[in-house]
Amino acid sequence: MVISLIGATIVVFGLAHAKDDPINVFIRAEGYAIGPEQIAALRAKWGLDRPIVLQYLTWLGNIARADLGRSVGSNRKVTDILWERWPATMQLAVGAWIVGTFVGIPLGILSAMRRASILDYFLRAFALSGQSVPAFWVGIVGIWVFAVYLGWLPVPTFYGRTDASFFGQFQYFVMPVLVLSWGPIAGYLRITRSAMLEVLDSEYIKLARAKGMGYPRVVAKHAFRNALIQPLTVSALLLAGFMDGAVLVENVFVWPGVGQIAVAAVNDNDFTLLTGIVFLFTILYLAMSFVADLLYVVIDPRIRLE
Amino acid sequence: MMATVEQAQERPASMAVVVIRSPLVAWEFIRRWPVIPGTVIVLFGLATIFTTQFATDDPNDQNLRASFAAPMWNDEYYENNDRIDRRYIFGADQHGRDIYSRMVHGTRVSITVAAAAAVIGMTLGLWAGIASGWFAGWFDEIMTRFVDVWNGLPFLLIALVVSITIGTGLMVLIGLLVMATWVGLVRNIRAEVLSLKTRDYVASARVAGGSDFRIMYRHILPGVINLLMVLASLRIGGLILAEASLSYLGIGVPSRYPSWGNMISDGREFLDTAWWVSVVPGFCIFLVVMSFNFIGDWVRDRTDPRLRQIR
Repeated sequence: MVISLIGATIVVFGLAHAKDDPINVFIRAEGYAIGPEQIAALRAKWGLDRPIVLQYLTWLGNIARADLGRSVGSNRKVTDILWERWPATMQLAVGAWIVGTFVGIPLGILSAMRRASILDYFLRAFALSGQSVPAFWVGIVGIWVFAVYLGWLPVPTFYGRTDASFFGQFQYFVMPVLVLSWGPIAGYLRITRSAMLEVLDSEYIKLARAKGMGYPRVVAKHAFRNALIQPLTVSALLLAGFMDGAVLVENVFVWPGVGQIAVAAVNDNDFTLLTGIVFLFTILYLAMSFVADLLYVVIDPRIRLE
Repeated sequence: MMATVEQAQERPASMAVVVIRSPLVAWEFIRRWPVIPGTVIVLFGLATIFTTQFATDDPNDQNLRASFAAPMWNDEYYENNDRIDRRYIFGADQHGRDIYSRMVHGTRVSITVAAAAAVIGMTLGLWAGIASGWFAGWFDEIMTRFVDVWNGLPFLLIALVVSITIGTGLMVLIGLLVMATWVGLVRNIRAEVLSLKTRDYVASARVAGGSDFRIMYRHILPGVINLLMVLASLRIGGLILAEASLSYLGIGVPSRYPSWGNMISDGREFLDTAWWVSVVPGFCIFLVVMSFNFIGDWVRDRTDPRLRQIR
C-alpha cells in the first residue's frame, strides 16, 4: 500500500517534469511579460533551482506532513479546499455505492436463478446497456427528460441543495446517484450472475437439492455466500470507476464536490490543486481495496486458514 | 414447432449446419450469431473508411440560415421555414452545420483513435504479460508491482494533470488511452503464460535448444492469442467511452475535429431547443460500444467458458 502511494507520487512528479521546465506549468512564457529576474525569483520561491532528486524528496516530505501546498489559482491551502469539497463527493459516491451493491447483487442472483427466462434476458440487456452508455450523456439527457420536460425532479443547481428538509435534499440526489450507479449495477449484476451460475452448478448444491431442500432455501443458505466472493473482489475496482465517474457526473449535475474543482483547476492551470485531488483519490482507492481485502477474509473462511 | 426442435437436437453436435425447417429460421439465425451487432459494426466501419462518400456535407460548412434546423422528419418545421433550401437528415447545430455529416466524420475520428490505442496498448500489454510470466524472478516482481500501482491511479484525473503539464492533442490522447489499456492486459496474459509454461511441449522446445525469445514467439504467443482477442473485443468499447469522456471534458480530441464526445459537449447547452445536437452522437456511442461489448461476450462464451470470470 505504501509502495503504491510512493508510486503515485513518482508518476505525478514525473508528469510535472515530463515535457520541459516545470516553471512553464505555472507561467506561460508567451502569455505574460515576465522578465528573467522574476522567473529566477519564482524558481527560487518554488525551489525549482535545486537538484531534481532533492526537489522530489522535499515535496515528498511535505506530502507526508499533509502539506499539499497552496492552490495557484486562489492561493488557499489545497488541504483546506479539499476538506471543504470532500463531503459532497463522498455523499454522492457512497449513495451510488449503496445503490450499486444493493441493487446489482440481488438482481444478479435473480438473473442466475431464473436463467434463460424473459427476466434474465431483460436484466442482461439492462446490464449490457449500462456498460455501453457514457454516464455523462445519460446525465445530460436525464436532466432534459426528467427535470425540464417532465418536471419530476428539480433542475440541478448549486444553491438548490441548501434546502433544510430531508426530502428537499433527497430529490437532488436521485438523478446523480442513479446515473453514477448504473454502470456499477451492471458490473455487479454480470459478475454476480456468472459466479452464481458456477456455484449453482456445483455438487453440494445438487446434494442439497437432492435432500429435498427448497430452491429459495438452497440459494439463501448454500449458494449466496459463495457467490459473493467474486463481486467483492472487484468491488474495489468498481469503486475506482466511481471516482472517475464522479468527475464527469459532478460536472454534469453542478455538484459542489472534488470532481468539479478538478476540471476547474485545469482551466486555471492549477497544478498543485489537481495534484492534491489525485492524491486524495489514490488514497481513497487504496483504502477501499484494503477494506475489500478484509471483507474477503470475513466472507471466505478458506483464506483465513492459509 | 416441437418436432423441428427435436430434429435439431438429434443431429450430432459436431455438425456445423443445423437445418431448422420453420418460419423462424431467420430468428434462430439471429439468436445464434451476433447479426445485429455485427451489422452495426460493419456499417460504422464502412463509415470510418468511406467517410466522404457517406457524408452529405463538409462537417465544418456553416449555414446560419439553417441554425438549429430540425431533423428531416419534422415536416412542420420545414414548412414554416421555407428559406432553408433542403432538409438536414439529423438536423443542424447552432452554426447550421449538418449533424449527420459531423456524425459520420466523428465516427472516423472516434473509431480511429480507439483502434490505434487498442492496437498499441494490446501489443504492449501482450508482450509485457508474456515477458512477465516467462522470465519470472525480479522482472516479474517489478512488473506486478507496477501494474498494481498503475491500476490504483485515477485515470481521468491523471488525464487532467497531463493536459496541464504536457498539453492536449490527438497524439497525447492516444498515448493516454494506451496507458489506460495495456496494464489491464498484463495480469490476465501473465496468468495464462504461467500455466502454458509448465506444459510438456514448452519443455520439449527448451530441450531442443530454443532460445527464450523463440519459445515466447513460437510456442507461448499462439497459446494466448485467443485470450487476447477476447480481451481486445471487450476493451475497445471502453476505449470509445474513454475518448468520449475526455473529449467531453475538453481535453480529448481537439475541438476543430468533430468527434462524438465533442459533439455531445457542443450540444449540451441547447438540449432544450435542439436535442438532436447531442442525442445523435450519444446514441452512436451507445450503439457501437454495445455492439462491441456484445460481440466480446459472444466470442468469450464461444471460445472458452472458463473466461466467463473476466468482466
